Amino acid sequence: MKEVTEKMASVQPHNDASTTDTLPVPTGLTAAFTLKGVRQVKAGITVVDDIELAIPHGEIIALVGPSGAGKTSLLRLLNRLDDPVGGEIFYRARHITQYPVQALRRKVGFVFQTPVMFPGTVRDNLHVALALSGEPGQDADKRIAEALELAELEPALCDRAGDRLSGGQKQRVNIARALMTAPDVLLMDEPTSALDPETADRLMETTRRLSREQHLTVVMVTHRLSEARRTSDRTIVLERGRIVASGSTTDVFGSTTNPRMRAFLDSEK
Amino acid sequence: MLHFVQSSTTASRSIIDVSWFDLGLACGLMLIAIGIARWQGLGLAQRFVIGAIRTVVQLVLVGYVLVYILALDSWYLVVAALLIMLMVATKAAVNRQHESSHKLLMITGVAMLVASGLTLLYISTLVVRVAPWYNPQYVIPLFGMIVGSTMNAAAIAAERLHSEVTARQAEIEAYLALGASYQQAAQQPVRQALRAALIPTINGLMVVGIVTLPGMMTGQILAGVSPLIAIRYQIVVVFMQAAAVAITTAIVTLWYRRTFFTPALQLKLQTSASTA
Repeated sequence: MKEVTEKMASVQPHNDASTTDTLPVPTGLTAAFTLKGVRQVKAGITVVDDIELAIPHGEIIALVGPSGAGKTSLLRLLNRLDDPVGGEIFYRARHITQYPVQALRRKVGFVFQTPVMFPGTVRDNLHVALALSGEPGQDADKRIAEALELAELEPALCDRAGDRLSGGQKQRVNIARALMTAPDVLLMDEPTSALDPETADRLMETTRRLSREQHLTVVMVTHRLSEARRTSDRTIVLERGRIVASGSTTDVFGSTTNPRMRAFLDSEK
Repeated sequence: MLHFVQSSTTASRSIIDVSWFDLGLACGLMLIAIGIARWQGLGLAQRFVIGAIRTVVQLVLVGYVLVYILALDSWYLVVAALLIMLMVATKAAVNRQHESSHKLLMITGVAMLVASGLTLLYISTLVVRVAPWYNPQYVIPLFGMIVGSTMNAAAIAAERLHSEVTARQAEIEAYLALGASYQQAAQQPVRQALRAALIPTINGLMVVGIVTLPGMMTGQILAGVSPLIAIRYQIVVVFMQAAAVAITTAIVTLWYRRTFFTPALQLKLQTSASTA
């Protein structure tokens, strides 16, 4: 009984009255991000509502929830593609606005739902990121080769035009490009939504390996619950801009008793 | 250095006067255009009529105004006339935009003022050497042609920049997410806007005299000026328009692009791809 109670304590349902609860942060890990009372409004609608959250360093966090839950809006706040209308966001214990925004974005990479290819070849795409990082030095080719390898792209693709790649290859180039600035955090907005299940699985495996080997914190929005279950260390469930559950992925998927959330989490079974 | 002088041939050739009766006959040409519009049911016949009436009224008024202005002998009245022309052209350029704002009005006005002012200064002091410097017979028509060109260029540049930024939101945000500056993120839209605004001028340079006979040159020839003098004036006009257009488009695009970004380098347009 005691074990069940402890397990449930690590899955924190966030109802309207308990929004000050935070995701439990394991001891010994520094929070990459801490969010305090964060609110975001778009077109007069509150899309992120009073979020309290700590995102531990070096883990994969899945943001799940129904359409319109505020997942993407929340993700965009973390590298200041948008700023919140209320609350505070801290990155490595410093207020996010205290960092020069360009420097912050090089440390907090973003992979978009639809891969965006810049004009030119794969090499050109990666070189742009390298130049933006301020390190277009002599070892550019070496770093490009490393990024391609990390993203599991064949070196032969390097000189292929970006628009001649498959969807999966484009998304991997986008990941490789984001890695060129040596980020600490990778934000991924439904990176597999346009991919077939097999390609999506392989991309998630790559993400998991990257997180482990590069000590990357990955915050990933996904609508595929199976993907969140298999890939992430922690899962945050959002609904109408609020956190309705958060905790270790095993616990969130295994132990929640909230019937509506249970139905949502079981919806892909 | 070119130095234009009044053609001595002007006096030797008489100009065929177009009387008010002749002008009435010219209306027959407009009736053809209106007839075609009605025949095809384009819904444009009424606009053709209004346009024709406006043409007559505006040009008659301008004719009388020009008679007055060309007789001016005070620099401040000439400068005031130039500024009025500039303001009207600025408003017309901004009104052609889907989204006009006070900021865009200011950007366009300053761009056209700088481009037109510098070009006129160059032409009137170095090339034509107008004396006195405000001689309205030269300054007014030259400025009018410059402003007309810059008005079109500014309108095309602003419209194209807006549409390119709107169409390339995802690409711009991808650049920003990598830590790009707004200049780097908007590089492609700016290039496209500059190209769109400059290409008509370049095309004009290519075909002038072959496909088209410029209005000013033909006007001078009709007025009895030697074609050899008329073409020299026309070359000067084409070059000054090219310079003014280039300056205007550069100022408009490089300044206007900043307005699409917040101080924190966020794209102000709503990202359609971003879902809550």
